[in-house]
Amino acid sequence: MRRATGEPKAVRALLIALALGWLGLVILLPLLMVFRQAFAHGLHAFAAAVADPDALSAIRLTLLIAALVVPFNLVFGVAAAWLVAKHDFRGRSLLVSFIDLPFSISPVVAGLMYVLLFGSQGWFGPWLMAHGVRILFAVPGMFLATALVTFPYVARELIPLMTAQGRAEEEAAVTLGASGFQTFWHVTLPNIRWGLLYGVLLTNARAMGEFGAVSVVSGHIRGVTNTMPLEVEALYNEYDFTGAFAVASLLACLGLLTLAAKAFLEWRHRDAIAAAGH
Amino acid sequence: MTAPPVLLEPVALRRRPRSALPGYGLTLGMTLLWLGLIVLLPLCAVAARSLGLGPAHFAEAAFSPRALAAYRLSFGAALIASAINALFGLLIAWVLVRYRFPGKRLAGAIVDLPFALPTAVAGIALTALYASHGWIGRVFAHIGVAIAYQPVGVVVALTFIGLPFVVRTVEPVLADLGAEIEEAAATLGAGRLATFRRVLLPEIAPALTTGFALAFARGVGEYGSVIFIAGNMPYRSEIAPLLIVTQLEQYDYAGATAIAAVLLVVSFGMLAVINLIQGRERRRLGQA
Repeated sequence: MRRATGEPKAVRALLIALALGWLGLVILLPLLMVFRQAFAHGLHAFAAAVADPDALSAIRLTLLIAALVVPFNLVFGVAAAWLVAKHDFRGRSLLVSFIDLPFSISPVVAGLMYVLLFGSQGWFGPWLMAHGVRILFAVPGMFLATALVTFPYVARELIPLMTAQGRAEEEAAVTLGASGFQTFWHVTLPNIRWGLLYGVLLTNARAMGEFGAVSVVSGHIRGVTNTMPLEVEALYNEYDFTGAFAVASLLACLGLLTLAAKAFLEWRHRDAIAAAGH
Repeated sequence: MTAPPVLLEPVALRRRPRSALPGYGLTLGMTLLWLGLIVLLPLCAVAARSLGLGPAHFAEAAFSPRALAAYRLSFGAALIASAINALFGLLIAWVLVRYRFPGKRLAGAIVDLPFALPTAVAGIALTALYASHGWIGRVFAHIGVAIAYQPVGVVVALTFIGLPFVVRTVEPVLADLGAEIEEAAATLGAGRLATFRRVLLPEIAPALTTGFALAFARGVGEYGSVIFIAGNMPYRSEIAPLLIVTQLEQYDYAGATAIAAVLLVVSFGMLAVINLIQGRERRRLGQA
């Protein structure tokens, strides 16, 4: 019953129109632009741009970095969430604040930090170089920069979820003699798998799309250390707009898939989500 | 002497038990290891390097005229963009929570696009849209206004980036708001607008401020979506993160580090403010 407190129909329609109009202008139009430009010169030009050796190498590198970063942050996220949600200890909220820190670090600054550690003038750079280990302008540096930028995503999904679920089920399992790992695998994991999946998808989308941090540490060698977003920039700066938007459209599809998966998971688990107070 | 509250007393006297569950040591160790290696060690490098510059050298690098112009643009554009986002984010959250209309689910899902779309993709798309021959840029070119390659282009990019922060923080608070207070206000004779301004707005204000601060913090550090649409002219349309990149490319590590330190201090300050607001809000709700 909202009659006493609802808005007149005209106001309602106006507000809806304003909101949808703004969403269309700010969000939808840029998205449409990506696909329009990618196919501006037809399917053939698009296919040629995507099949370009440099573009293929960028796709491979992006997949490789995501394949390294996602498990790395997945392990961390699960461990951190288990620690924070299932145990009481001093400084817990401080720890959560530290986990959140990367959200407020500019990607460029994230890249710079690793330059300060591993660059030729950095803390470990000279020693590593003397031993023939390359971090900067190579996969390890790009992995580290991407890992930092995507660091909190899995933990951030899991901590509220696991806190809301409480400890009773796990405590019952342990009382009945299950080991810690059995408890996690058979009791906790089934409860958190959808939140975990969304955290992984989000981490993956951010890892594949990361630009600023990777840009600082990559060295921009075409066909070698250019990820897809860096390849987009390189093509764009050469005025190869079809090529740039073709690669960009692949990344946009990744983003759309992530959103679709999120909407699906939310729709499927709306009851659990409502119970968890999201 | 009255009987002590039986349930509370032993708990209050004993130290809180950690947990009956195993894995404390293992997960604590892993969390601290990951956190130390990926986040804290690199942060220490920036801090040590900044302190090593000495106050005079640091100030010279961090507050050079070019750096000051870059901060002005980064902070100014982020401020304007997050104000726009606070307004429209609130509107969108309101419409998504309160009204039913066709396409509502799609609208709700698309709000998150800036979270999921790589920034470089957003950057080139916005540039194509707002350049003088683009769909939107053409309209503005008619009235003699240029958006792309101008400082205002930065605001456009940051408006795109920041929108979901406001919508996603305000939405749950709006949804949890009971109808009672509005009904009470209506019963007491308040009009819709007065109810909104004097009853609802104070309730959503903490969430709105948090969303605003999150969008602002993200906007200050944003790089990928901005560099394509901004003109990147020093003193005019060059954002602070771009200045860091430029100085790194010239091997001016001291200059880059000093500016990075300023950005870090500002965004950690914002984070502290956000935590403060949320902590106060939790306490307030806990008392209610």
